[in-house]
Amino acid sequence: MVKVEGLDKLMAEHPFFQGMDETSRKTLAGCARNERFGAGDYVAHEGKPAERFYFIRSGTVALEFHMPSNDGLVIETLHDGEVFGWSWMVPPYEWAYDIRAVELTRVISLEATCLRKKLKKDNALGFELYSRFVPVMAKRLSSARQQLTDMYGKS
Amino acid sequence: MSAKPHIDAMTPVPFTVTKRTQELADTFTLELTPAAAGGAPAFLPGQFNMLYAFGVGEVPISVSGDPAYPEKLIHTIRDVGAVTNALSKLKKGAQVGVRGPFGSAWPVNEAQGSDVVIIAGGIGLAPLRPAINHILANRTKYGRFVVLYGARSPADVLYVKQLQSWRGRLDTFVDVTVDHAGRDWAGNVGVVTRLIGRANFDAHHTKVFICGPEIMMRFTIKELTGLGVAKDDIYVSMERNMKCAVGHCGHCQFGGHFICKDGPVFEYARIENLLQVRGL
Repeated sequence: MVKVEGLDKLMAEHPFFQGMDETSRKTLAGCARNERFGAGDYVAHEGKPAERFYFIRSGTVALEFHMPSNDGLVIETLHDGEVFGWSWMVPPYEWAYDIRAVELTRVISLEATCLRKKLKKDNALGFELYSRFVPVMAKRLSSARQQLTDMYGKS
Repeated sequence: MSAKPHIDAMTPVPFTVTKRTQELADTFTLELTPAAAGGAPAFLPGQFNMLYAFGVGEVPISVSGDPAYPEKLIHTIRDVGAVTNALSKLKKGAQVGVRGPFGSAWPVNEAQGSDVVIIAGGIGLAPLRPAINHILANRTKYGRFVVLYGARSPADVLYVKQLQSWRGRLDTFVDVTVDHAGRDWAGNVGVVTRLIGRANFDAHHTKVFICGPEIMMRFTIKELTGLGVAKDDIYVSMERNMKCAVGHCGHCQFGGHFICKDGPVFEYARIENLLQVRGL
């Protein structure tokens, strides 16, 4: 189900956009779509073009690696107020993981090609967006490094 | 309630294994009762005993039972060395030497009137379980009560039934995460620190009790202080090589402290600088 009305208002409620000026947010809303995924639906598959990125309004998604030996290894879950899908920022613009909705999940998505065009024309908006993405990426990197320590030890 | 070792602190008292439960692949729980007449000593949440596997050696193990029922002396133990391996092989009816209880306790009374956040990693849930039991038994004396727990995988989640039971209460927020999982796991995946922001407690009126690997505690404290939790509202349970358990031998010296006597539970503000000393 896709809805195109009131997206700016929905975006304003998401933590990622808090404090962003209305003009910038409305510009981004021109690339936005309101979507929902049922439990078990795949939002994206590893290696496929990363054409959108997502802001979770409610629900949970799992980031999975496809494993030959089993159904898939879940490496992280993301919840209300979080963001996923920054493969749109990095060539060759392909998904690095599978993304599966664990439960009914409502998101706002932004279309990558539309966004890249706008950001090329408006460097200030690009800086604003990237400034918001970098802390999210830093936190995710820190979490991934903590997981690498296997801190709870062998069981 | 007394929390001092009974009889002589250096003399193990024989206890009988009355129940053995295999919790995880390498983790088990022993329920002990005194071999002679007389009850087991009372203990405070967070204290530990020295368990003596006869002919093998002694190890410090936190008491993980309910302080309201001290007659059942309960310890959850991970099989990681010669002594814990010997303890893992004990069956119902076998005997164990017990010295204790020793050490400091979680400040459950000082926490009354505040929100309380319990954060545990791996087998670190065991030393915190007596504090959880105490708070739940006196639930109306506390504000919001949060239990956050991280484990390696779904198969490594300790006390699953109790976590479910605590979560089923309408007055307790329980959240669990694992580092990795298969698709049949519908819960959280990610580090335990990521649960903190969603726990919705009052950072300025909260006592936090943390137990787990030191690296997990460091990251957890960083997240908590970032949210505005004061350092003297954070308590951690430290682990070092404890031998005598009464502050004589020095094996567990940690700067100017002995973990066995001054700890294992410390106010974070007291040991913050020591945690940053490499190799200590």
